[in-house]
Amino acid sequence: MRIGLLLLLGLFLLAPLAAGPYLLSVLTVLLTFAYLGQAWNIMMGFAGLLSLGHALYVGLGAYVAAALFLFWGVPPILGVFPAMAVAALVAAGIGFLSFRFSVKGVHFTLLTIAFAEIGRLVFQHLSAFGGTGGLFLPVASRDGVDLIHLRGDPRMFYYLILAMTAGLFLACRRLLASPLGYRWQALREDPAAAESLGVPLLKVKLAATGLSAALTAAGGVFAAFFYNALFPDQWFGLGYSIEIILAPIVGGLGTLFGPILGALLLTPLGEAISSVTDALGWQSAGVKPFCYGVVLLAIVKFLPDGVWPAIRKRLP
Amino acid sequence: MIADQLVTGLLTGLIYGLMALGLSVVFGVMRIVNFAHGEMAVVAMYAAWAAFRFLGLDPLLSLLPIAGLMFCAGYLLQRGLIQPFVSRPDYMQFILLISVALILTNGALLIFGPEAHGLQVDYAFDSYEIGPLLIDKVRLLSAIAALVLTGLLLAFFRFTLTGKAIRAAADNRTGAQVIGLDIKKLYAITFGIGAACLGAAGTLMSLLVDVMPRVGPELTLLSFVIVIVGGLGSMAGALAGGVLIGVAEALAGTLLEPSLKSMFSYGLLVLILLLRPQGLLGERS
Amino acid sequence: MGPRISRRQALAGATAAAVFAPALRLSAAAPLKVGVLLPLSGSLAREGQNCKRGADISAELLASLGMPVELSIGDTESNLDTARTRAEKLIGDGAQVLVGAFDSAHTIAAAQVCEQHGVPLIVNIAAAPNITEQGFRTVFRNFPTAARLTGDGLALIKDLFKATNLSAQKAVFLHNNDTFGQAMAGAVGKLAPTLDLPFQIGETIAYDGAARDYAVEIGKAKASGADVALVVSHGEDAIKLIREMVKQRFEPKAIISPGSPGMYEAQYYHTLGKYGDYTVVNLPWINPKSPLAQKLLAAFAKQFPDAFFEMNVGFTFEAIMIAADAARRAGSTASKALLEALPSTNIAEHVMIGGPIAFDAKGQNNNIHSATIQNRNSKPVVVLPAESAEMAPVLPMPGWQNR
Repeated sequence: MRIGLLLLLGLFLLAPLAAGPYLLSVLTVLLTFAYLGQAWNIMMGFAGLLSLGHALYVGLGAYVAAALFLFWGVPPILGVFPAMAVAALVAAGIGFLSFRFSVKGVHFTLLTIAFAEIGRLVFQHLSAFGGTGGLFLPVASRDGVDLIHLRGDPRMFYYLILAMTAGLFLACRRLLASPLGYRWQALREDPAAAESLGVPLLKVKLAATGLSAALTAAGGVFAAFFYNALFPDQWFGLGYSIEIILAPIVGGLGTLFGPILGALLLTPLGEAISSVTDALGWQSAGVKPFCYGVVLLAIVKFLPDGVWPAIRKRLP
Repeated sequence: MIADQLVTGLLTGLIYGLMALGLSVVFGVMRIVNFAHGEMAVVAMYAAWAAFRFLGLDPLLSLLPIAGLMFCAGYLLQRGLIQPFVSRPDYMQFILLISVALILTNGALLIFGPEAHGLQVDYAFDSYEIGPLLIDKVRLLSAIAALVLTGLLLAFFRFTLTGKAIRAAADNRTGAQVIGLDIKKLYAITFGIGAACLGAAGTLMSLLVDVMPRVGPELTLLSFVIVIVGGLGSMAGALAGGVLIGVAEALAGTLLEPSLKSMFSYGLLVLILLLRPQGLLGERS
Repeated sequence: MGPRISRRQALAGATAAAVFAPALRLSAAAPLKVGVLLPLSGSLAREGQNCKRGADISAELLASLGMPVELSIGDTESNLDTARTRAEKLIGDGAQVLVGAFDSAHTIAAAQVCEQHGVPLIVNIAAAPNITEQGFRTVFRNFPTAARLTGDGLALIKDLFKATNLSAQKAVFLHNNDTFGQAMAGAVGKLAPTLDLPFQIGETIAYDGAARDYAVEIGKAKASGADVALVVSHGEDAIKLIREMVKQRFEPKAIISPGSPGMYEAQYYHTLGKYGDYTVVNLPWINPKSPLAQKLLAAFAKQFPDAFFEMNVGFTFEAIMIAADAARRAGSTASKALLEALPSTNIAEHVMIGGPIAFDAKGQNNNIHSATIQNRNSKPVVVLPAESAEMAPVLPMPGWQNR
């Protein structure tokens, strides 16, 4: 298992040497979804809270860091911290409200959707942040490596997201084995029993939501400086929230490797589909999400725990 | 002008109510949250458009056949795909129906393309002048049809044996099984009824709104807001919620900015979820 | 299987080719590899497909002018991520210049990719000002900025009122809430007060382009007492707005767009019929009096007899022509050579209304003029400026019931 992971890491480290710019951009997208999925997984997989509004945190992270950079010249390496803090606060707020008012299950999920939509509408109407017109970060030269300002070569971005994904993986592993991690799993398996055993439910849930949101926001900061153009519709949209959860669900909810495996399966699938439709001369946007829907359906029906647990069982 | 908007909101709200009714019924009985709700309505909208385009049928006429077809589709969908998930955890049901929603929306995109498909009946530009009010003819006729159908549905659940059996199953699943009711069949019928509501509401909406694949998720969210506000599981609640949201959106648009209409609905949703999660007319479970 | 050639014939042929080859190599130009980036699917598909038709007829027409091009098309799927990866792919597959991308956000994404690779990007359609304000050295835009569109559009309104002897008090400004709509609204807000318009702009109503209907918006417009409606919209919303105006019996004297699509698209005429007539759009348009434009129109009518020619087609053709022209002047198709030749572009014979195609220091062409188009009998007709006009403008519009 460990050898397999190290091998995979090695491959990712060496990829830019062999990959052209197109492949590199695909790999960067893949890693971004692996990272975001992993961050989402903390809330769902570990603490059992289904959030369908995680795009809210991506958007918040992105806009806060971008605004700090544009208006006050704060470089993203510093800006990421306020961005994470804002997201964590919002998530804690939502978490507190819902737990205080006993909003559970389906209602909680709807609440997350509602807040993401409200976030979208708010940013659409904030002309200081560009509104629907979008917020654009000035594009400087793409040579060189400037980690402080996140300006530079695409390879710099690639290695950064690789480091973030690997780092998150290791951090989650530590977390899962920590006392907090055990409390999360207790909460997920049986909240009533956990509570009766003295697990401070509110604190534990808030920790999960806050941490998940903060980490997601960091991913948002990365994406903001990678794409340099922010639009509320795309960054806060329900479609994006759904995209974020596809990888961890397909890969394996609650597992460590699940989100990464999910991204490894889905992103190349998406590109392959695009290539096929291009080659056949069809120009249909719907093919990719349609196939994702079919894959999701198949997984939920036949491999409800995800691909990774199924593979893991077969491994020696 | 405000009166005009109120009336428009009311009429639209009646159709929303019919649509939300399907969602409420399904949840009330099976405790399944149909996240593909709006997408199924869009299927009906496309069917209505196609019937108009290729058969020249006014949606008011294709209403019943489409509702019937949707009933069958819903029945089969429940029987074939959804039934095993009734007892599984919430999030699995959610994800199952999200995948169905993705398939329906993008299937529609592939078949019909992203452009809006509108149908325009001959009387699309007509309006009635009643006193100081200007009422859109199409909206009025659709609202009347929605009201009639809602009434029929309520009567079904009140007065027919099957309707009563379904309500029994909703109230007490084990008890219903004990007295020999075929739960699986009742669930399938319920889902079918939910789908039929969507079929009817979708057909009526095709008169008012151009159909595009992305209308699906919007209608899903709208239906959820209505049903939560009105009360998940309460039929009267769905209707009341529909009218309330219809009117609220119209007023919010008129008094504030039109593009903030939905923010108002979401804000209401959050308030209700926090303060009165059973909705205005629902019962605490 | 073609005709059988004997070995002697083949040898003779090869010798002949070898003798003449150098001459052939000198006179035939290598085709320029142009990557065309457009939203061919997704929410912008209809406009993207129109642009593509322009690209489709370019190759043949340009070849006949001695400027061969080889086009490869990339679909942005109306999605930002895809725009970027497709741009990378086109360049990776050998495109020496990119044309695109219709949507301002996608254009900026593509511009970043092009800037990184040193490949020129010729913008066919995209109005957001930032595209030429970012300091890109590889971006050249042959389309007016939102400010320019609005300035021209508003100025033409004055001419329109003069030409039709129309007088009005108040206008209501309805605009879509998306990137384009907001850019235009900003421009109107800035320019209208300085231009001494023949009416006051009373209420401004920003609507959500994705809304299902506009009962509330039109209700407000009607209640504002306006007698002129200024509209910035796209295709679907334009149809819904007009339909709602008819239903609510809101009859302004004129419905004018200072520079947006929608009210001249095929779907618009098809759906609204007689109700779509008499609306006015001030927009860059094809020059009916230019010989090259007439060739383009003929080629279009031949290849797409059922489709409808409009601005997107013309600008896409011009963008590709600009690239080919640069290649011809540079004597090379390499991106570097193109980048050196493009700033000195000066094309007098082109298809859209306006002066010669030339770029300023920021890569912007400032010689494009808008014209006034009015819908008459479900067809767009140039009514101003007088020298390009096909018919005289008619205002005020006849009431809805009088059609």
